[in-house]
Amino acid sequence: MDMKVNKKLGLKERYNLLTRDLAWTPTYQAVKDVFPYTEYEGIKIHDWNKFEDPFRMTMDSYWKYQAEKERKLYAIIDAFTQNNGHLGVTDARYINTLKLFLTGVSPLEYMAHRGFAHVGRQLAGPGPRVACLMQSLDEIRHAQTQIHSLSNYNKHYNGFQNWRHQHDRVWYLSVPKSFFDDAVSAGPFEFMVAIGFAFEYVLTNLLFVPFISGAAYNGDMGAMAFGFSAQSDEARHMTLGLEVIKFILEQDPDNLPIVQRWIDKWFWRGYRVLTLVAMMMDYMLPKRVMSWKEAWEIYAEENGGALFADLARYGIKVPKGWEQACKDKDHLSHQAWNVFYNYGAAAPFHTWAPSEADMKWLSSKYPDTFDKYYRPLWEHYAAEQKEGRRFYNGTLPMLCNVCQVPMFFTEPDDPTKIAYRESEYKGEKYHTCSDGCKSIFDHEPEKYVQSWLPVQQIYQGNCFCPDADPTKPDFNPLAEVLRWYKMTWGQDNLDYADSPDKKNFEQWRQQATGN
Amino acid sequence: MSNVFIALQKNEETRSIVNAIVADNPGAIVNEQPAMVKIDVPDRLVIKKSTVEEEMGRDFDLQELHINLITLTGHIDETDDEFVLSWAH
Repeated sequence: MDMKVNKKLGLKERYNLLTRDLAWTPTYQAVKDVFPYTEYEGIKIHDWNKFEDPFRMTMDSYWKYQAEKERKLYAIIDAFTQNNGHLGVTDARYINTLKLFLTGVSPLEYMAHRGFAHVGRQLAGPGPRVACLMQSLDEIRHAQTQIHSLSNYNKHYNGFQNWRHQHDRVWYLSVPKSFFDDAVSAGPFEFMVAIGFAFEYVLTNLLFVPFISGAAYNGDMGAMAFGFSAQSDEARHMTLGLEVIKFILEQDPDNLPIVQRWIDKWFWRGYRVLTLVAMMMDYMLPKRVMSWKEAWEIYAEENGGALFADLARYGIKVPKGWEQACKDKDHLSHQAWNVFYNYGAAAPFHTWAPSEADMKWLSSKYPDTFDKYYRPLWEHYAAEQKEGRRFYNGTLPMLCNVCQVPMFFTEPDDPTKIAYRESEYKGEKYHTCSDGCKSIFDHEPEKYVQSWLPVQQIYQGNCFCPDADPTKPDFNPLAEVLRWYKMTWGQDNLDYADSPDKKNFEQWRQQATGN
Repeated sequence: MSNVFIALQKNEETRSIVNAIVADNPGAIVNEQPAMVKIDVPDRLVIKKSTVEEEMGRDFDLQELHINLITLTGHIDETDDEFVLSWAH
């Protein structure tokens, strides 16, 4: 018997066998009944086979490389734990970046997993379906590895213990939460532009790359391991996002205005979420790799600029708000950290005024703005604190109805003037923080009038435990809200200077260097 | 003309990959940061399987890049022999 020896298949052939050859056109059900969500957004797709995934990962190579990543990741996490890595960080102040990152981002990874599982089912082409399936698996892996990492810090530091409970309740966590809730409640193509393109391609470099490099710089191998392991998948996710955008635009010229509006919307929403990252990089890392402004110049202006120059051939314009975001780079982190310093009693992590050495660094990185606008503020706070009057703001800020960030952003050309925008819908007034958020609100008011805004909800009395009694004479609304958040006063909140985290860290460090 | 870039975790395996990139891309700018290396090249960056194999002294499948890859930019064109990033169409 003659044996027919097949040549080993190349990358492209293997990938085609996995995708094209596994798909079929249904015969006893209408295509639109199998994929009911592909039409109502107005996007026109004529030929799904034109979608190309240049990474061409097949399931066997996907499992192989992901398993290898997991082995490396857990080896580092184990080593970090066994070696008391939590004591090797530069300073326990640093841990507060992780409190913010792990409580804010890990639940988003889970939402991304759900979103891609859903969208992967809804897109009618086998190429993007397989890529979405892999991304969905990646995202749940990220959620799991971040939760594993979190459990180690939780043994030693305060503020992590109720992260899932807090994600749905605590005021600033509604910023990342609302971003994903908005995306997963959109149609499948908008979700792909929101998360696959705007978030993964344009913005994650600013979240995971310089900040995670900064975590390594501060001795935190645990965060470095989960961060870079996640970002290694992001390279594939960015590619999916970019390829989907190119695919949609190439399919039909009618798709351009719809996609442009989504790019405008999701660039701006994502940029607002990154406000938290700006202050993490400039104020919360004891040792800094680069300033927010430098990261913005490299990853947004240079890299994003190249991307939009390339997409111009389809008629895509730089997103609305881009120019303002570039102007804001000199102000964003300072304004954000000021607000967190103000509300340090109501957040389950610690805040502090920058030291003289920190301010020297900030002056050198922000020569046009720091000394002029922000140094006097921090010097004032520090002087007050020295006199025993650490300032905590006792009232609550107005929130933007779209991004849900407190309305502290200033006008693009006047850093001394807070920006307020107002819209009216069905006789009610709604406030937004910028032209970007107002434009998003005005286009879909019926969606954003439903926003669950923490401050408004607190004032309406919806953020107390069932046994709270507001009619009691000694009723303390702030204490009751914190009880509802499951935050412990004096342990999870207030200034770092007086925190048990600081005291413990210093004591443990002493033990680590002697008997 | 815009740059394309790739960033890799800094470790023993990627040392060979970085060397291969530098050998095959004369305009490469290597930027070492804590725990990572970012390499920018004007217009087009190529990673050749054969050069990486020479540097490593073993067989190398270009898809192994996924293990240590942090981020990249540009359009990707990957074959069994080359991994290319560019803004070309």
